[in-house]
Amino acid sequence: MTTDAPQPLLSVRDLHVAFRSRRSTVRAVRGVNLDLAPGRTLALVGESGSGKSTTGLAVLGLLPPGAQVTGGHVTLAGRDLTALRERAWRTVRGREIGFVPQDPMVSLNPVRRVGHQVAEVLLIHGLAEDRKAAHARAVDLLADAGLPEPAEVARTLPHELSGGMCQRVLIAIALAGRPKLLIADEPTSALDVTVQRRILDHLETVTEQHGTALLLITHDLSVAADRADEIAVMSRGEIVERGPGHRVLTAPAHPYTRELVAAVPDMTAAPAAPAPAGPPLLEVRGLRRSFDGGRTAAVDGVGFTLAAGGSLGIVGESGSGKSTTAQLVLRLDRPDAGTITFDGHDLGSLGPAALRRLRRDIQPVFQDPYGSLDPRFTVAQSIAEPLRAYRTTGRRGRQRRVAELLDLVRLPATAAGRRPAELSGGQRQRVSIARALALTPRLLVLDEPVSALDVSVQASVLDLLAELRAGFGLSYLFISHDLAVVRQVCDRVAVMRRGRIVETGPVARVFDHPGHPYTQELLSAIPGRRARTPQPG
Amino acid sequence: MSADIDRSSPMTLTTEQDPRQPGRPPAPPAPAAPADPGQEQTHGRAARLRAALGTLAAHPGLLLAVLYLALILAWTLAPSLFAGTDPLRTDPAASLTPPGADHWFGTDNLGRDLYTRVVHGTRTSLTAALIAVSLSLLAGTVLGVLSGYLGGWVDQTLMRCVEVLIVIPGLLLSLAVVSILGFGVTNVAIAVGISGIPAFARVIRAEVLRIRSSVYFRAAVTSGTRTPVILLRHVLPNASQPVLVLAALEIGGAVLSVSALSFLGYGAAPPAPELGAMVSQGRDYISTAWWLTTFPGLAIALIVLCANRIGRALERTGVR
Amino acid sequence: MRRYVLVRLANGLIVLWAALSLSFLVLHLVPGDPVSIMLRSAGGGDPVGVDRAQADALRAELGLDRPLYAQYADFVSRALTLDFGTSFGTGDEVAAMLGRALPSTLELATASLLLTAVLGVAAALAATLAPWAPLRNAVLSGTVAGISLPSFWTAILLIQVFSFGLGWFPAYGDSDTSRLVLPAIALALPSAGVLAQLLAKGLRMALAEPYVRTARAKGAGRLRTVWTHAFRNASIPALTMLGMMIGNILAGAIITETVFARAGIGRLTADAIADQDFPVIRAIIFLAGALYVVVNLAVDLIYPKVDPRIVLQPA
Repeated sequence: MTTDAPQPLLSVRDLHVAFRSRRSTVRAVRGVNLDLAPGRTLALVGESGSGKSTTGLAVLGLLPPGAQVTGGHVTLAGRDLTALRERAWRTVRGREIGFVPQDPMVSLNPVRRVGHQVAEVLLIHGLAEDRKAAHARAVDLLADAGLPEPAEVARTLPHELSGGMCQRVLIAIALAGRPKLLIADEPTSALDVTVQRRILDHLETVTEQHGTALLLITHDLSVAADRADEIAVMSRGEIVERGPGHRVLTAPAHPYTRELVAAVPDMTAAPAAPAPAGPPLLEVRGLRRSFDGGRTAAVDGVGFTLAAGGSLGIVGESGSGKSTTAQLVLRLDRPDAGTITFDGHDLGSLGPAALRRLRRDIQPVFQDPYGSLDPRFTVAQSIAEPLRAYRTTGRRGRQRRVAELLDLVRLPATAAGRRPAELSGGQRQRVSIARALALTPRLLVLDEPVSALDVSVQASVLDLLAELRAGFGLSYLFISHDLAVVRQVCDRVAVMRRGRIVETGPVARVFDHPGHPYTQELLSAIPGRRARTPQPG
Repeated sequence: MSADIDRSSPMTLTTEQDPRQPGRPPAPPAPAAPADPGQEQTHGRAARLRAALGTLAAHPGLLLAVLYLALILAWTLAPSLFAGTDPLRTDPAASLTPPGADHWFGTDNLGRDLYTRVVHGTRTSLTAALIAVSLSLLAGTVLGVLSGYLGGWVDQTLMRCVEVLIVIPGLLLSLAVVSILGFGVTNVAIAVGISGIPAFARVIRAEVLRIRSSVYFRAAVTSGTRTPVILLRHVLPNASQPVLVLAALEIGGAVLSVSALSFLGYGAAPPAPELGAMVSQGRDYISTAWWLTTFPGLAIALIVLCANRIGRALERTGVR
Repeated sequence: MRRYVLVRLANGLIVLWAALSLSFLVLHLVPGDPVSIMLRSAGGGDPVGVDRAQADALRAELGLDRPLYAQYADFVSRALTLDFGTSFGTGDEVAAMLGRALPSTLELATASLLLTAVLGVAAALAATLAPWAPLRNAVLSGTVAGISLPSFWTAILLIQVFSFGLGWFPAYGDSDTSRLVLPAIALALPSAGVLAQLLAKGLRMALAEPYVRTARAKGAGRLRTVWTHAFRNASIPALTMLGMMIGNILAGAIITETVFARAGIGRLTADAIADQDFPVIRAIIFLAGALYVVVNLAVDLIYPKVDPRIVLQPA
């Protein structure tokens, strides 16, 4: 620590946090040191379980039950927070430290009006004479948060707002007491990429305006590099590297950071190899599906072709209808109109027996690695399920095939007897892939297969998918919200918005020369550009 | 009920997926687990048994509940091992003896040994409760699975029928059924069982619906697994945990109902021992022989407490 | 709104009608016919040889010689005007019998409902807010005891302790208010236990929600977090159970009124069951069902006040 640096606003010295349960103690944070000067932004980056959120909550004095600060000090403007009693904490939270939580949709009280929830901060800290004044001030705060018609918004309930709007409300709440420090814990990871950019822009503007210091906790290295003056990379409870965003992203020093940077899908890399020319394997025409008795069309006239051996990415934000499209192709749902032709057979006109035969060739990999395996099945039972259903071989043959498949997806043979709860997210997803491959299908429908995984795990699963495709001549219909991932896995891409495909074409063309304004917006919202381009000065 | 939460407001953009599973409290990081592919972890039946024993050791109350239930199950299977004498044997010379070395719980007005009667009475009450819960469980499972799996008009019709049973308070329903079937322990058990059907039907229906919307259910469909196989291999096993919890709680409830009906005089005909009936008979002596109501009542309360304790423990250790 | 109420009422009437029809059918499935039951109870409960002519006369008088569908139509149309016929046992008008018994039960039910609410909410808050863990656990154990103790036994214990032992309250009867205390407590304990457990569980779950963390990050203290943020969210499941709890209080009155010798609906029910007095039983079932329908409708109308996300829509 240099002595001539300005007095930091927040200083964390040798912080230790442990989770204690009846059986074990897990040291989640081990000797973390941080300094944050007034008005500056520090990003704390790490994968799940790195201890980054725990560090943030310890600074706020809001550790979950069972977690305890076991050593070190947190000092805010010269005051030792670790020594505070609960009553004193109350004057710090909301007044000196503001908090922007992770998931905006569930972080507002669902049964109280938005205006009340903003005004509450002012009332708690005596920043308004009475309820009426607090409420009037809350409307101003909502306006400052960039919400249109703030008086209207103040009267709504949280569920009537979108995720992005909820996050703006939460930012208004966090800033209502004019704190000197703002802690934002994954403030945008639950939001779409275009919304994410607007929220981060807003956070940047308001912290600059008020001179608020920002501790930004995120799993996304690119977001951190774009938005922070300094980055601290956490792994297993320790800070392994710190430095300016641009430097960490372009010239990582620590091996872990290097690995992390390498795992981030690269938007400049060459796209996946194009499919060999051939007849289309899957043809979708004029697909339509609406819910709520026809009021909302989730899929509204979607059509595309997938060549045999090809890999088509469908990208879009939440509510674009991409997952519904996957459900329809998998025949887990029936379209209101349109046709799906697979290898010359119209899925809609097939009887149950013929459909069952065809299912062997179209297999899914779902997003949720926690929910896609029956919790009571062992890995071997899950993988063998399609084999049993189609009675392809006897018991012996199934065992042999399961062993083969485990090997194929790089899982140890000992995994066969385990249950999903004993596996990590990446391992579960590998089991799902093995199950999908059991019947040697021709088409895999992958619905956000890596979006729940940490980036290093995501990279290894994506590598596996690329290998399998090359090795078995598989075709992929790849649904994702992440354009960089699609670029890595697909040769063609279709961009969906509000149930329609707005643009489609080869990956290289669409990504490098987007034609539709929405595609352009999506591409420009991807974080990491600012940090990668060298900054003057 | 049909007051639904309206989530489809025009301003809402529902999140289709959220990449980091937000909303969960930050879990304590599992030290080495996320390594992919992972290290050796404990698994298998032996580990689960060890975990169960560990849970018991950590919760002395739960351990007591399990031990006590084991004891009364032994009473039920072989009452004469624990209380040798005949519960009906009278001894006028020793009538209304207070609890002591000869008669642990004292004697009643006819000199019958109260401890022996409590052991045999527990057997009667517990057997009746088990019959009742089995009946509710069986009928409730059939109704719930049919309703949840078939949906549509079958669901509508079955749930309306169940609602008719819900409208009438449980005890009143049991009483009405007993008045039709006639008095006696078996009829009381059946009556209590009928009034327990709606709870099981509803829980099982909800579970079936939950599992039907799960991703592994969809994976089973695309794996080509046939409907009956899905029901047997995925739906029923996964629905079993909350049903088990309910069954444990309902055994307590059934013991209460059975003894209440007996207390009112519709169960076991005197002189046969039954806990509720014994409390009722003891009422005539509450100012002179407190033990006549206290011990049978305590016996009922203990069974129910233990069943509740075990039910709550099962609820916490749920596999989800 | 008005449409919603009408649809719900119609639904309730259908369920009530189904319950009534069921009880009508059941009467005709009973081994032994009503006339012999009536004559038996008239003859002091002895299965004396029934005089055939007397029986036929009675059968004609009750309309029991008419075809089943005619009896059914007659029964339903009479039930609509709250006419449930005459008791097999006493020969009195059933409606009048209910009318005489109702005030005592209403008094008891109201008192114990109030007691349930107070005890239940207090126990749930204590189990959540008490500053000392053993105390919180003790309160929770208390709620478990509340639902585990047989109410007929607690009633007797109360009499033993507070009437015979301490002499604070009279044990039996329903002539004055002091006689209301013990039965109200006995009747309230089980439902208070259920209410407290539901609320405590709801509070525990609500307090683990992210919005509670938001509130604490605002600087809200524990009381404010529980009261303005968790309680409302936690009370919805308890509200849902209200209809069932009121039904259970009514059913519980069968036991309580028997033990405390109060001449209410509960006592009437117990007697009617003993005598197989089906007209009375049917009327009581109808009463319980109607109460359930009305209470649930009221609960539905309260929902949006507690949780404004809930929009009342006819299913």
